[in-house]
Amino acid sequence: MTDTPAARAAQATPPNVARKIKGLSDRAIAWIFVGPTIFLLLAINIFPLIWTIRLSFTNFKANRINREPEWVGLRNYERILTDSDIWLNMQATAHFLFWTIFFQVLIGFTLAYLINKKFKGNDLWTTIIVLPMMLSPAVVGNFWKFLYQPQIGLFNYIVAFFTGKDPSSFEMLGSVDLAPWSIVIVDTWMWTPFVMLICLAGLRSIPDYIYEAAEVDRASKLRQFFTITIPMVLPFLMLAVLFRGIENFKMFDLVVQLTGGGPGSTTELTSINLKREAFEKWRTGYASAYAIILFVTVFGLASIYVKALNKVKER
Amino acid sequence: MSSFSVTEPSNRSKWFAGTLVILYALITMIPLAWIMLTGFKSPSDAISYPPKVVFEPTLEGYVNLFTTRTRQTQEYLDANPPETWYEEIVREYDMVIAGPSKFGERFLNSVIIGFGSTFLSIFLGTLAAYAFSRFKIPLADDLLFFILSTRMMPPIAVAIPIFLMYRQLGLSDTHLGMILLYTAVNISLAVWLLKGFIDEIPREYEEAALIDGYTRFQAFYKVVLPQAATGIASTAIFCLIFAWNEYAFAVLLTSGTAQTAPPFIPTIIGVGGLDWPAVAAGATIFLLPVMIFTILLRKHLLRGITFGAVRK
Repeated sequence: MTDTPAARAAQATPPNVARKIKGLSDRAIAWIFVGPTIFLLLAINIFPLIWTIRLSFTNFKANRINREPEWVGLRNYERILTDSDIWLNMQATAHFLFWTIFFQVLIGFTLAYLINKKFKGNDLWTTIIVLPMMLSPAVVGNFWKFLYQPQIGLFNYIVAFFTGKDPSSFEMLGSVDLAPWSIVIVDTWMWTPFVMLICLAGLRSIPDYIYEAAEVDRASKLRQFFTITIPMVLPFLMLAVLFRGIENFKMFDLVVQLTGGGPGSTTELTSINLKREAFEKWRTGYASAYAIILFVTVFGLASIYVKALNKVKER
Repeated sequence: MSSFSVTEPSNRSKWFAGTLVILYALITMIPLAWIMLTGFKSPSDAISYPPKVVFEPTLEGYVNLFTTRTRQTQEYLDANPPETWYEEIVREYDMVIAGPSKFGERFLNSVIIGFGSTFLSIFLGTLAAYAFSRFKIPLADDLLFFILSTRMMPPIAVAIPIFLMYRQLGLSDTHLGMILLYTAVNISLAVWLLKGFIDEIPREYEEAALIDGYTRFQAFYKVVLPQAATGIASTAIFCLIFAWNEYAFAVLLTSGTAQTAPPFIPTIIGVGGLDWPAVAAGATIFLLPVMIFTILLRKHLLRGITFGAVRK
């Protein structure tokens, strides 16, 4: 070993520092750590998305691989946007979205408000209430189908018990009028706890001193509710609505199990319709264009909404 | 000492609130309780009118869930007396057990795919979350948003190209294919949640370790990982529950060897239509683990369902 000043300096370096230098630089570690995740998402999300965009301009059919697909330009998009049946599906989706969110916000907020009264055992009951939302939507849809059976179903029996109607006189899933509401009921049953939990976090984030100050100013309870409680919970509530909105726009499993989109197409939400086009009629190119339209719609609506949400937060 | 507080609700309003909440909780539990009860009914009790609350419990639903049965001639039945308690249940219908049903396999698939994808998402997610939390990454916010936005796609829309891709790669209806797919879906949740948990661990701990001569890797797995253990565990449970519950991809991309339980349970057919007690038994076995996990997870529930946006 040569006895240069550098070598002597290296020997003099305490072993711990030497070890640190031997390790990779922070920048390299950062990329090693993030890389696999980005790669996986590119491979299983972005690459397929680009593929979908490409397919959407063709008349490709996935059940006929040997047939060379033709380039059809924007024809798929044109056909979808002018198809009145698809507008009916959009309407069914809008009905489902609006009413599920309406009931979930109403009941969820009320429950959160009541739980925030901090009665004895509120933690236990909160946990019980939360259970439905963690369950498998497909299995939930399947067993609600059992509850909705016209003669033997528990739901019909209970409704009949309170209204005096004959339990076999109405079909929740089979009638054009009731089916859209049957899916709203199950979704509300399942997801109200979600809105409740977020509202509860909002209510608990309000510091006591604000109410104390209001009390000193002799603001009535009602006034406190509308000038303190509601505005302070609003950002939380809006966040809950965002999550429910995106989730229910994508809704598939629960409703497919309950009604399969029927009767006719009264509960055929866009996802169910998309599945039919893509995997039953095998119009892959057409369905790809449909998928892109849906994605752009969710993404666009969500972005506008997030801007509004941020404004409310800043206030 | 009792101090008067204007923000403490009065006893009367507490009592009122408590009553309403408990009432809601009880009503909301009826469907779940009903499905669990139905699992212990005989097929005729399950579809009786009016619905039976009191009935003679039987394990028929569970036996039917796990077995396939065939009808046999009286001579055969007389010649082969039942040997086990479950054989005896089946004999009441002049049937014999022909073999195990597919439920066990499907349930096992759910376990393999659930745990496989959870392990992978947590492994990749923890690394990425640590990097996002501790290092300066160019365009970090954009990358994080990109990771989140992959969740906005309707699963059916993603399923079209995945279906074509998997068909070409030979990943259709394989465990590996489903594990990779669920990992890709879960990783956004894992990164966002874990970043939140790791952000809460003071940097000073690692810095002290680095000064003591640890390398970054050592600091990461000897200091940060143990600190983040609770966060990692609850994130893992969320990933597991998602993979466990997933239906859309499972129904479109699997049909046999890798099919999970959710697409299978609704198809359990008995004599003359759906075998509701068997379906109910399957649902009970399938939902129970999730309920237990939910109770274990209750403190981190809010964080999990909002991707870490709301923390208590």
